[in-house]
Amino acid sequence: MEKSGPRHWFLLAFFALFVIFLYGPTITILILSFQGPDGGLTFPMRGVSLRWFANLFEAQMVGDFGGSLTRSLSLALLVMGLTVLIALCAGLAFRRKFFGATVLFYLTIASLIVPSILISLGIGLMFNEAGVQPNWYTSALGAHLTWTLPFGVLIMFAVFNRFDHRLEEAARDLGASPWQTLQHVVLPLIAPSLVGVGLFGFSLSYDEFARTLLTAGSDNTLPLEIYAMTTNATTPVLYALGSLTTAFSLGLVVVVTLIVLGMRRRRLSKA
Amino acid sequence: MPPDIALGEVTATAPKGAVVTERSESKALAALMPYLQSLPLWIVLAIFLAIPIGMIFVVSFWDDQETGIAPAFIFDNYSDALGSWVTWNTYLQTIRYAVIVWALTLSIGFTVAYVLAFHIRSTLWQMVLFQLCAIPFLTSNVIRMISWIPFLGRNGILNSLLMDVHVTDHPLEFLLYSPFAVCLAFVHLYTLFMVVPIFNTMMRIDRALVEAARDAGAGPIAVLRHVIIPLSLPGISIGTIFVVTLVMGDFITVQMMSGGQSASVGLIIKNGMSLLQYPEASAQAVVLLLTVLLMVASILRVVDIRKEL
Repeated sequence: MEKSGPRHWFLLAFFALFVIFLYGPTITILILSFQGPDGGLTFPMRGVSLRWFANLFEAQMVGDFGGSLTRSLSLALLVMGLTVLIALCAGLAFRRKFFGATVLFYLTIASLIVPSILISLGIGLMFNEAGVQPNWYTSALGAHLTWTLPFGVLIMFAVFNRFDHRLEEAARDLGASPWQTLQHVVLPLIAPSLVGVGLFGFSLSYDEFARTLLTAGSDNTLPLEIYAMTTNATTPVLYALGSLTTAFSLGLVVVVTLIVLGMRRRRLSKA
Repeated sequence: MPPDIALGEVTATAPKGAVVTERSESKALAALMPYLQSLPLWIVLAIFLAIPIGMIFVVSFWDDQETGIAPAFIFDNYSDALGSWVTWNTYLQTIRYAVIVWALTLSIGFTVAYVLAFHIRSTLWQMVLFQLCAIPFLTSNVIRMISWIPFLGRNGILNSLLMDVHVTDHPLEFLLYSPFAVCLAFVHLYTLFMVVPIFNTMMRIDRALVEAARDAGAGPIAVLRHVIIPLSLPGISIGTIFVVTLVMGDFITVQMMSGGQSASVGLIIKNGMSLLQYPEASAQAVVLLLTVLLMVASILRVVDIRKEL
């Protein structure tokens, strides 16, 4: 492809505009969350203050910030652990032919494309008919898994499709048991991908809204709390909360990227 | 399975019969392994996907009485849903959103993926910029929608800008809480669902094919039309499936960004649920599911996604 000329620069400019479009609004609310005490929801900035962040931690301003944050974090950690474990097992299983593999594969794809409102409705009905109270750690947990697992399984699919099976054969030839092969050969090699699956599971659950709204029962998770705020908050405290959660998500991505890069480097230096 | 060398060693020390049983035992275990490994996925998908969808199907035939919902086998919910002018109108609106958003996300997403795959020289930059496009997927949708308020609001940035350059002398009301805002938010949220799969397939296009086309005299447009677009079709299809199903089933973006002025099929279902009208909501859900599956099936005729992983 030509790497100069007006067409090249036009395309690069288009890309730059897309990135601005992608991040511009988020950066705007980040700036506005430092709005002065008399400022409103839009520009101009009337001074600079941390008042809205301070507001977050006063119980009466936000419904139940601490409680919903704790629930969201616990739920995300649960979803993360289960996603990594279940996706890894399924990924290992799919490497061989087994009865029902095709059905399971299509069920996984279906989980990805069935609209979230149907998952909510179905799980709601199921709990209703069974006479069980929906709760964030039961019904919402299941609803989240139907969204995170397909991503996890598809990532494992891609990982094992590119996996060099000669390495496992070599381990076996040297007398390793299947468990030893998994523990000392397969797992270390796919560890960065597993960390990635974990990040997906955590983030998708932590930010999930549509699947939680009607399955969380009586206690709110953080996205539900934020949504409730949008209908009645008229101050930049909303932006402060938005900035904090986004910063948390981005911070997590950075930390995980550093971990994965560290793993790669250690492996390379060992080799 | 025990390796042959190890087996040889065992045969040397142990009686022959023991080896055979040990071997067949581990063979049986190995054959059983995929079933054990796939069991957790089966369980989760059965309990939280298959049974709930089955429940929706069953309840869609139930009777909604004043005392609550009761098992029955009636088609009233379907005739109510499909016989209502509101439903058809809402489907029309939702499909219109899906088509507009699909066209926009596809053209933007394809261009972005194309720039990344063919116009960024270093692999490092390619990966960094790709991550930059993909990271917002890991942040909250609700917050990304909220973040349009200072832009589009009555006293927002866009309105002040337009008034400063005298395009208009009064703030435009249609920017926030309108179908325009809904489409904008959809494009903002879902373009990366196009970028990621299209970029993936583009990276697997053999660069020699592009070179060959150019040596044969094809200009950039001809290369795009006859080489890159046909070979990117799998990625385009996967992105299309994502965007279309997400928009078709959406209720939150439409509700938030239209300020309650616009309807969607998902919103009908959600409202039915909040009013505890489960049979009606279920019938609507079945119709929505069939619509979405029909759309996906027609897209899948273009591509076998299992080959793409």
